[in-house]
Amino acid sequence: MSLAASVLEGDTLAISRLLTEVENDSPTGRHALDELFAHTGKAHLVGVTGAPGTGKSSLVNRLALHTRQRKSPAPARVAIVAVDPSSPFSGGAVLGDRVRMRDLAGDRGVFIRSMATRGSLGGLARATAAMTQVFDAAGFELVLIETVGAGQAEVDIARLAHTTLVVEAPGFGDDIQAIKAGILEIADILVVNKADLPGAENSERALRGMLDLAHPGKRTFQHHGQVMHAGGEADENPETWIPPILRTVATEGTGVPALVEAITAHGAHLRQSGEWGRRERLRLEAEIEALLSAALMEDLHHRVTDARYAAVLDQVAQRAISPQEAVQGFLRQTKARR
Amino acid sequence: MSERKIRVLVAKPGLDGHDRGAKVVARALRDAGMEVIYTGLRQTPEMIAEAALQEDVDVVGISILSGAHMALVPRILELLQANRQAGVKVFIGGIIPDEDVPRLKALGVTGIYGPGASTDTIVSEIRTALESGAAPRP
Repeated sequence: MSLAASVLEGDTLAISRLLTEVENDSPTGRHALDELFAHTGKAHLVGVTGAPGTGKSSLVNRLALHTRQRKSPAPARVAIVAVDPSSPFSGGAVLGDRVRMRDLAGDRGVFIRSMATRGSLGGLARATAAMTQVFDAAGFELVLIETVGAGQAEVDIARLAHTTLVVEAPGFGDDIQAIKAGILEIADILVVNKADLPGAENSERALRGMLDLAHPGKRTFQHHGQVMHAGGEADENPETWIPPILRTVATEGTGVPALVEAITAHGAHLRQSGEWGRRERLRLEAEIEALLSAALMEDLHHRVTDARYAAVLDQVAQRAISPQEAVQGFLRQTKARR
Repeated sequence: MSERKIRVLVAKPGLDGHDRGAKVVARALRDAGMEVIYTGLRQTPEMIAEAALQEDVDVVGISILSGAHMALVPRILELLQANRQAGVKVFIGGIIPDEDVPRLKALGVTGIYGPGASTDTIVSEIRTALESGAAPRP
């Protein structure tokens, strides 16, 4: 039986082996992905991102646990892809996200896989998208993707996931951080974790302030303790999703049922509004683009000898030609040889 | 195409709560370019075997200081076998009395390291073990 066929049957060892092949971008992995692709597109991909130490792993643990233990709807099978950084020096990594996920041990409906970034900078590894496809094809209905501890610009997750959670914790910056571009903009759901710590109130207020600027109207706010309505609701498109802000204490599970509900609601919103299909298309486009540029690079390196490459690099280093001219030269050369 | 990375599960079974050694080894393996999955304290043999299976590791490194190795290690080996992962190399670090070393090796443990073992030795013996008898991949 082929690896892909065993994966479709749900064989854990086959899934695990295929994940390795896919991560290593081997011919076996590529071939199996081709076979499995028709079986993908069913899973809800949920990204969990945020700064290091905000509690992403603990939250993922609780999300999975709640999804497995709920009575209705029936528990979904959950896959978790947890990404941690590779060392830029040795290429090695310590992947420690499982430490926070021990509650999930022994449940055959949960599959946790740790992966290293292997040089990628956007918060995910290059093979993360492909690995989610393996889980999708294997019948996992919910795929939780935990990014590396993200700063401000690691926003690749928004392109991969249907629903992106941005996790904050009290004390991680003031309202100036909240109006900066980047990671907060990609949130479909904002989570203030460690909400039992002092400052949770402030974090939530800063986030709410940011949202009010992005979505004027349709907001209520409290002024001197009174609930006030501001702006006309007419100018707000009813199809617009306004990210909810939810407080959780992941270590205790507080606020987790509401968070799971919000994730489900966002999934339903995406399907109803047609945004699911649009996001799916954007994601596939990004994937094709990435594969295409990798393939073109590989092709170019096949056509240009190492000696020639080094010679051109020398010319650039001596300021004889510019990097731009070097690239044009390579392109002319590859065209001429075709 | 990226080369295949050596993936190692570093696990602490049983009840002793001292994981400094396991962390030092994890760090050394990282610096040697390996990908180390660290799972934390008080793992059961079942948890260790499950993690080894899901993470498709080449090596399981077990740290035991409690003296329970003759109970825990055979169970872990048995579970790896049951999961069709008999090819995974198992290494042990910790306090292992001399008389238990041959017994553990007979069970299939590849390397055993006591206090004072150098991390360089551990790294090179892991590499050698994987080169000579790489985990069979059907």
